[in-house]
Amino acid sequence: MSSLTADNQTKKVKTDQFQSHDYYQVDDLLQEEHLLAREAIRSWVKSEVSPIIESYAEKAECPTHLFKELGELGAFGPSLPVEYGGGGMDEIAYGLIMQELERGDSGIRSMASVQGSLVMYPIYRFGSEMQRQKYLPRLGTGELIGCFGLTEPDHGSNPSGMLSNIRKDGSDYILNGSKMWITNSPIADIAVVWAKDEEGVIRGMIVEKDMPGFSAPEIHGKWSLRASITGELVFENVRVPGENLFPEIRGLKGPLSCLSKARYGIAWGVIGAALDCYDSALRYSKERIQFDRPIGQFQLTQKKLAEMITEITKAQLLAWRLGTLANNGNASPAQISMAKRNNVLMALEVAREARQIHGGMGITNEYPIMRHMMNLETVLTYEGTHDVHLLITGMDVTGLNAFK
Amino acid sequence: MNILVGISKTPETTAKIEFSEDGKSFKSEGVNYIMNPYDEWYALVRAIELKEVHGGEVTVINVGTISNETVIRKALAIGADKAVRINKETSSSWDTASQIAAYAKEHSYDIILIGKETIDYNGGEVGGMLAEHLGVSFISFASKLEFDGSVFTVEKDIEGGVEVVELNGPFVLSAAKGLAEQRIPNMRGIMMAKRKPLEVIEPISDEGFVTISQFTKPAEKVGIKMVDPDQMDELVRMLSEESKVI
Ligand SMILES: Cc1cc2nc3c(=O)[nH]c(=O)nc-3n(C[C@H](O)[C@H](O)[C@H](O)COP(=O)(O)OP(=O)(O)OC[C@H]3O[C@@H](n4cnc5c(N)ncnc54)[C@H](O)[C@@H]3O)c2cc1C
Repeated sequence: MSSLTADNQTKKVKTDQFQSHDYYQVDDLLQEEHLLAREAIRSWVKSEVSPIIESYAEKAECPTHLFKELGELGAFGPSLPVEYGGGGMDEIAYGLIMQELERGDSGIRSMASVQGSLVMYPIYRFGSEMQRQKYLPRLGTGELIGCFGLTEPDHGSNPSGMLSNIRKDGSDYILNGSKMWITNSPIADIAVVWAKDEEGVIRGMIVEKDMPGFSAPEIHGKWSLRASITGELVFENVRVPGENLFPEIRGLKGPLSCLSKARYGIAWGVIGAALDCYDSALRYSKERIQFDRPIGQFQLTQKKLAEMITEITKAQLLAWRLGTLANNGNASPAQISMAKRNNVLMALEVAREARQIHGGMGITNEYPIMRHMMNLETVLTYEGTHDVHLLITGMDVTGLNAFK
Repeated sequence: MNILVGISKTPETTAKIEFSEDGKSFKSEGVNYIMNPYDEWYALVRAIELKEVHGGEVTVINVGTISNETVIRKALAIGADKAVRINKETSSSWDTASQIAAYAKEHSYDIILIGKETIDYNGGEVGGMLAEHLGVSFISFASKLEFDGSVFTVEKDIEGGVEVVELNGPFVLSAAKGLAEQRIPNMRGIMMAKRKPLEVIEPISDEGFVTISQFTKPAEKVGIKMVDPDQMDELVRMLSEESKVI
């Protein structure tokens, strides 16, 4: 019996009734291509993600068949140039694509964020022409899967303390060290890895899965982002050809510029998760009857719903403005930090309130709420923790560095 | 093979339906529009599939104002080669068919595909009228369309079976479920669509055969009432007095 039939016997698949909400007519600020991109990804999520996501999350399994579909859709690096496997779209289109994917599940959005912003983007931005030609087109179609290794077991918020290192040996480099919490690593064909050279300067490089001494064991036991696969990267005297190193970029600004790109996508993405929770809560509040009236008639339920849509609307406006800045190349890393931090917490709080509105049903997989809520705990921490982003804003406004 | 596909814009199925005070027009404020699914999923996709196998060109045509261009652009993103918009708010199925016929007469198409109906007015009339204007055959509710290089084979579901028709072009065909499967446009298609030609042409004059006198909504559905088996008299009273069926 196929696993799909086995699933169907244990869990009936509900149709995805999601409808979006646009309280401030932010859609009027969007262009035709933005609306078309959003509609396309939304229909794909409804037909390919919603019917399977609860069961994949439950089994803690990554729906790897979606990589090729995401590639076919053009969800990997949509704002990169077409000749390098991208979509030639603007930053707002990229944001909306992330929003629709995360409306489905933060894990699916993570698949696309990592592939597009943390693997394709650094190869495009820092790679040699040969590296670009060799990897980007196949990453764009999802034929190759990539991962991004910055975090280490003992260096999370403080990546500059990393221990992974390279030593020159003829025209090659010998890589040693380990990376932790790496999205997609156990299934990745290539890894973009950051390690220190003999002078202690951070360098970026492309490590291929079959290079001897390289392994990527899976991390089990996650209660969050269960439909996304996470692992380690272990390097034991891995011989990396010199041509696999990014030629020019040196120091932490390499990985940080990739993170800016991905965080930007998260600032948009989480609005999707929030909208899904709000939409479900709004519908439930009109259908669920207690004390002979729909629970949406109680002032306390209305307070929750009113605050949810207010916060979602603010986040939408923040994301849109950030998008227009990014389109002109003017979105600063600190502005991106502010939007990531604000919007992720917003989404998590919306999920928590929506959970209450659903009562006991809210904790089941009949509704997407609990899954979104658990996912968002990761999103609050990865790509810079909630507190670290606060310190970035703090440093930006005071000019004083709290990290030293 | 040159194929013309008629596409239209309809409110989303979840849209709230309201009419103006005088009941003569549909209130479109705040309504989300989509491409009519029978046009998009079946007629357009099948046209593109035939073009992919046999070569040629797919042109989409819409009678409507500039606000229809997002839907037209979507058809281009899915894979149509070019688009024509006849610039007017259509007044009836007759008007739509006449406008499309006037354009189609000036160009030569091997076949013309449209959806079997729109999901808003459910008229299903445009195809037949269009075929009549052009003096070609009309096949309605097609669920299969094949071309072997010389002859077309069309299947349509009929009561208790399937009717199989063989014919040569040109003809007008209205598409039903089964003719093709929905294609979601990808990002590259969306960007390419921006550069595909969308020609806007002026309408011919409307013969104005149709005027709308009144739209009304169906009576509100009432909930189910449960009657206790012991209360037969009450059931009979309700059936005769409230629902007036006996
Ligand atoms: C599911 C998942 C996927 C991930 N995917 C990737 C990936 O693909 N690639 C990758 O490189 N990394 C990835 N990460 C790692 C992620 O970016 C790190 O977990 C994150 O940066 C935090 O590091 P840490 O877990 O070591 O926490 P720590 O840095 O140990 O932080 C612990 C706590 O201390 C606080 N803290 C730390 N420093 C300060 C300070 N100076 N002042 C105040 N508070 C401070 C933090 O805010 C946090 O609350 C992923 C993580 C998860 C959970």
